[in-house]
Amino acid sequence: MNKTINNAAWIFVIPVVALVAFNAIIPLMTVVNYSVQETFGDNVFFWHGVGWFQDVLESRRFHDSLLRQLGFTFTILFIEVPLGVAIALAMPRKGPWVSVCLVLMALPLLIPWNVVGAMWNIFALPDIGLLGRGLNALGFDYNFTRQPGDAWFTLIAMDVWHWTSLVVLLAYAGLVSIPDAYYQAAKIDGAKPLAIFRFIQLPKLKRVLTIAVLLRFMDSFMIYTEPFVLTGGGPGNSTTLLSIDLVKIALGQFDLGPAAAMSLIYFLIILLLSWIFYTLMMRNEAQ
Amino acid sequence: MTLELKNVGLRFGAETHIFPTDLKLEDGSFNILLGTTLAGKTTLMKLMAGLEKPTSGEVWFAGKNVTGVSVRRRNVSMVYQQFINYPNLSVYENIASPLKVGGTPDIIIKQRVSTMAELLKLTPMLDRRPSELSGGQQQRTALARALVKDADLVLLDEPLANLDFKLREELRDELPKLFADRDCIVVYATTEPTEALLFGGNTACLFEGRISQFGPTGDLYRKPRDIISAEVFSDPPMNAAGIEKKGNTFHLGTKARWDAAGELSGLADGTYTLGIRPHHVSPVSRGEQPVAVDGRVIVAELSGSESVIHFNMDGSTWVSQSHGIHPFEVGSQARLYADMSKAMIFDGNGRRVSA
Repeated sequence: MNKTINNAAWIFVIPVVALVAFNAIIPLMTVVNYSVQETFGDNVFFWHGVGWFQDVLESRRFHDSLLRQLGFTFTILFIEVPLGVAIALAMPRKGPWVSVCLVLMALPLLIPWNVVGAMWNIFALPDIGLLGRGLNALGFDYNFTRQPGDAWFTLIAMDVWHWTSLVVLLAYAGLVSIPDAYYQAAKIDGAKPLAIFRFIQLPKLKRVLTIAVLLRFMDSFMIYTEPFVLTGGGPGNSTTLLSIDLVKIALGQFDLGPAAAMSLIYFLIILLLSWIFYTLMMRNEAQ
Repeated sequence: MTLELKNVGLRFGAETHIFPTDLKLEDGSFNILLGTTLAGKTTLMKLMAGLEKPTSGEVWFAGKNVTGVSVRRRNVSMVYQQFINYPNLSVYENIASPLKVGGTPDIIIKQRVSTMAELLKLTPMLDRRPSELSGGQQQRTALARALVKDADLVLLDEPLANLDFKLREELRDELPKLFADRDCIVVYATTEPTEALLFGGNTACLFEGRISQFGPTGDLYRKPRDIISAEVFSDPPMNAAGIEKKGNTFHLGTKARWDAAGELSGLADGTYTLGIRPHHVSPVSRGEQPVAVDGRVIVAELSGSESVIHFNMDGSTWVSQSHGIHPFEVGSQARLYADMSKAMIFDGNGRRVSA
């Protein structure tokens, strides 16, 4: 088929190009720009090559926060995905309780992030918070502002509380879309509940679970507000995740070059890991 | 091994899904459940299988009361309208699955699966997954799964409905052969009267949760006991109209009249309902007792060698289905001929009175 050349078409594309350039490409290029230059103030910049990238990649500080970030992300994935599926399986499929359960499940998702952080901060305070006071009353020496282990426990509990619902809702949507005939057929075959889960529900949930894992991975890898409000990265640096560290470097120390290099590395890590996840989980679908 | 429903009914609260039903299905028989969507075909099948527990009555199988016995402990298999297979198992594993659960030795499983695959033309696909098969092959896999375990009762719930035309015809031809030398009871649910006629066997007409009639398929088609069975077993829908008998003459509307012949002549005077199937109404005068009926044409469809004309006759819509091309102008007045020797006459209670 011959395509007619119509230059007027450009006019219609320009607004989109301008918009994307303005809100995505230009800011990104600014970051790229900073990442390869050094400044001593007065708005004078010198070419610095890949120096900042080398510095960041070699720095102990970056390694530590990256490890903490990976630890956090994989811990919450290992808790939230199975827990979310389990809750979705336990939820009723029909009747008046369906909407009650769905609303209850959706509630945590509707609360703004900084509010979640503030809520859990107060909730976990050892002297006045319900959780903190309660744990201490039960004989646990719990203080999330002083003990790194307690800080981690609180951080993970908060994320599980906030985001398991997302996995639940996705898995539930996947479960209700399985036709009843599958369960009947399995019953006729004499399959046990575990076999039904293994051979019907899990394969049918594969797609929604891939989405759930990807969303939770990306979100938790970029998490900032909640830990910032809850622990501020402390005690010490024990809960300083990548994003918190990045903000400290960029806005606290105003080291624009290293911060820009770190941003780009951060972005590439998320992109790479997301791609690996997706490829692994969709391995058998493509054939 | 007979399956017997004794007064089996199912209700949920105030809602009755199946009215108390008596039905006896013989060993090795092919039985068709004919009814429109929501008539209760699937529910009745679930009751037969033990997937659903009746709220009244008893299910007997091979001389034993199996009411409330779980489907897991009955030797039943079922094929659905949707293609139901285990999504992440290969075709081989899918066919083998009912045997594996039953603990059959591997050698026997292998043997039976390959026989089944050969029979259903699945041998080249044994290593594939259901998602890599065409709809027809997926349904063949489901059929193989249902047949491989030699069930006593095989339930087929509109298995061909989701297939496209060619595949449906192909599988429809094969189905009776698959069951020919088995002594299981087969129950086949369908919405299409043509399908019932092609399979033969016995047919039960199901309408709004009641079996209106059960018997050999041909008898049911030619001699429905009442207007409901006649309507269920008619596609396109049966034409119906109120008629009056005065003396020895039937009156339909103001103009159409014809003499009562045979045993109909003994019928008492009064009002009746006339039922006549669309292929007994034709644009040309033919048959033993053609009677002219006039109406305004609403729809005129010509399909290859067949004409289907919908027309409005005294306020009710009639359909004529005839061979040959008979063009009609929509909106025009038309004269068609109903062969009244083929008509069925029903009394005020809907019972058929003619022979």
